[in-house]
Amino acid sequence: MQDKKADLVIIGGGPAGLAAAAAARKEGLEDILIIERDVRLGGILNQCIHNGFGLHTFKEELTGPEYAARYIRQIIDEKIPFMTGTMAVNISFDEKTGLKTVKAMNGDEGLFNIEAKAVILAMGCRERPRGALNIPGYRPSGIYSAGTAQYYVNMEGRMIGKRVVILGSGDIGLIMARRMTYEGAKVLCVAELQPYSGGLKRNIVQCLDDFDIPLLLSHTVVDIKGKRRVEGVTIAEVDENRKPIPGTEQFYECDTLLLSCGLIPENELSLAVGVRINPVTGGAFVNESLETNIPGVYACGNVLHVHDLVDYVSGEASVAGKNAADFLLGKEKKSGDEIKFEIRPENGVRYSVPSTVDLAKMPDTLTVRFRVGAEYRNVNLVTYVDGKKMTSQPKAVMAPGEMQQLILVKKRLSELAGRGPFHELTVRIEEKDA
Amino acid sequence: MRDVTIIGAGVTGSAVAMELAAYDLDILVIEKESDVCEGTSKANSGIVHSGYDAEPGSLKARFNVEGNRLIHELSRALDFPFRENGSLVLSLEEEGRAKVEELYERGLANGVPGLKILERDELTKLEPNVSENAVCALFAPTGGIVCPFNMNIAFAENAADNGADFVFDTQVKKITKKTSEDGSIFFHIETSGEDFDTKVLVNAAGVYADVIHNMVSDEKIHITPRKGQYILMDKNAGSLVSHTLFQLPTKMGKGILVTPTVHGNLMAGPTADDADPEDTSTTAEGLDTVLTRGALSVKALPRMPITSFAGLRAHEDGGDFIVGEAKDVPGFFDAAGIESPGLTAAPAIGKYLGTLIAEKLSARKKADHISERKGIPSIALADDEEREKLIKQDPSYAKVVCRCELVTEGEIKNAITRTLGARTVDGVKRRTRAGMGRCQAGFCLARTIPILAEQLGVSFEDVTKSGGGSYYIDGNIKDLI
Repeated sequence: MQDKKADLVIIGGGPAGLAAAAAARKEGLEDILIIERDVRLGGILNQCIHNGFGLHTFKEELTGPEYAARYIRQIIDEKIPFMTGTMAVNISFDEKTGLKTVKAMNGDEGLFNIEAKAVILAMGCRERPRGALNIPGYRPSGIYSAGTAQYYVNMEGRMIGKRVVILGSGDIGLIMARRMTYEGAKVLCVAELQPYSGGLKRNIVQCLDDFDIPLLLSHTVVDIKGKRRVEGVTIAEVDENRKPIPGTEQFYECDTLLLSCGLIPENELSLAVGVRINPVTGGAFVNESLETNIPGVYACGNVLHVHDLVDYVSGEASVAGKNAADFLLGKEKKSGDEIKFEIRPENGVRYSVPSTVDLAKMPDTLTVRFRVGAEYRNVNLVTYVDGKKMTSQPKAVMAPGEMQQLILVKKRLSELAGRGPFHELTVRIEEKDA
Repeated sequence: MRDVTIIGAGVTGSAVAMELAAYDLDILVIEKESDVCEGTSKANSGIVHSGYDAEPGSLKARFNVEGNRLIHELSRALDFPFRENGSLVLSLEEEGRAKVEELYERGLANGVPGLKILERDELTKLEPNVSENAVCALFAPTGGIVCPFNMNIAFAENAADNGADFVFDTQVKKITKKTSEDGSIFFHIETSGEDFDTKVLVNAAGVYADVIHNMVSDEKIHITPRKGQYILMDKNAGSLVSHTLFQLPTKMGKGILVTPTVHGNLMAGPTADDADPEDTSTTAEGLDTVLTRGALSVKALPRMPITSFAGLRAHEDGGDFIVGEAKDVPGFFDAAGIESPGLTAAPAIGKYLGTLIAEKLSARKKADHISERKGIPSIALADDEEREKLIKQDPSYAKVVCRCELVTEGEIKNAITRTLGARTVDGVKRRTRAGMGRCQAGFCLARTIPILAEQLGVSFEDVTKSGGGSYYIDGNIKDLI
């Protein structure tokens, strides 16, 4: 077996991996290798041919491939090595030496090991399949996850059906409702189990409302008909416990069912190397440096937690790339006797990234990202340090479909630390008058 | 004129074909679906039963115990995944003890080796996650788990390697008994495709075996399809139990089993409800039953489903298998009513019928019979040395198509181009596991379709899930506007 070496191996050449690589190089790291399983860099952005990307990062509106191209240009200009068509099949960690071994394979070089001093996990996520949703009925062809449908239509130029029902109002589902309509298909409706949409508001307006496609909140598919190809689906309203309400069933004749019911971080490799996974996000538990419990193994992008905007993926991945480079170049701030604390999500705040902070290693400001569990209006986002209220910010709207963020200021926390140690920073949603 | 025609390319029909193909006979297998293993054989528990369950003296008991022994041997000769993981029948209440003892006695009468009754302390040593309520269990060490697809496929491939012909997408419409000029009896078979004549006819038509039987025999039989629903869980839940856990039937109904699969998933099921012969749909109630009753066997049943499915048992009114020559129709052989433990019994039924038919036709064993078959290599299961060897022979063994199950282009090409190769996406899936994993083909479907199209020389539109109208691609974009 031919073996290779690299200081930093980045698994995944999508938006997260690309931004991480660019940032690591900017920090001065030479020896980087990106592993990408697809035949080209760019990841899922390549099939996202709609616009709306880059408003935060580049202050202009780009399509997915254009957004990816900006980063791919940097990789090429910086001559950062990458291998496409290459699948990482395992990662192992040697506790004694701190070295990681990435096992990978491709058609040109076969099977090989790459010895790495640091690894950035940037594998992205996958879509939740029909089976995981336990939708009863037959198992015909014509049931696609929205992303698979998007791949066919945008990458292969193939149509996958003429009369479409979409279950789940995740962003890809909404985008595909418009895309299928553009290509001449009839999209009958989008059914959403929750009483709110899982997608961005702007996508509901631009992809459904503009085309008169009904969004049925608190509805789900309760039966699939068709032994060979989908012949129709039955949709029913659900009660507050998300159980179908008898008598509300309605049959929709269609040949295609698209599913946009959530994304799952692809952490099989992370598990293999011993990374601890947060059951709420499905991604790793990370510290302020976006480092996992395995020293020198970082995570960023959708493999860490599912994002709503690629701009945030790039931002987060840049942080991971910079920190991995600092770790390798010995530029990392040393941890002293200073405070290490946990961030505790509570009361409507589902999780936080990061979940632990070492005050010594914390930058001047630290962005904490999280999502909420329900739709909130006119509430306060409140933080407590060991039970004492620290900050309170008014929030007009907080929706589960949109990622939230909170900026922690190091100066403020250091002042608190000066008065004595603390262990926990709680983030919670509170009523305005509470 | 064929010597023998077999209706049905499920596990039973394929086992009969494999057995007969050892003789100097002209054999045809007719299948209404587009592939082997498309009916009951593809949707069942995948359990190789030890044989304690059936009534002593019944055909079920006889063929089960022998079939279990044969599968141990055949899995090596024909290279299909099988593991003797042992079965446990749990009594979840003290009152069940007598029933466990009864099963033990029945197993002894059926000649099942190694049976033992385990008390709770021994049981928890074997299965730490067993339910707190389990008081004792019958342990059957020869119980096992098998890949039902690849066992069926291996039997059919071996039959074909030894000269048996298979026709697919061909449904039998009518069978007529005829007498030839020399006075011998033969059967004329009309199908949805071409017609066939045959000296001997074997009925292995699964849930339609009564229809086929009743076309020629006056001694009518009746099959009730009985639906069983299952839930397959993620491999991350696969190590919950190592043995197959059955439950004694209780007042709550017939038990739901919880088992690891031979590929490392966890599976729970089946329910049992009478159904229409085409009804393989799952229901909300059925899936709920699987989860709630399956949970009774273990401390906690993980809720990590990756897919659910339903299969149909071919339950005959008499309750036993019907295997042998029909009394009123010489030359017509039944393998009907093959419900559980049918998968286990299949090779024994094949051997029995094969021998009977060969005797009837005074056939001789072939000198050049091929008794071994090599399965499709698996990159996922191979060690690094084997992987490198495969990749050296064909670099497409390093091109990953299905990332959940780590299946490569080389494996998929092998599955399509080999004997009785896959012609559908499901056919590829059953042979290679591409699409069987936790993303359920969300990623690899778009990669499998082009490989099938290229290897079969057809357009993308002609690639189907399982034949018939189960197309995926509906023209090119802009075609509809």
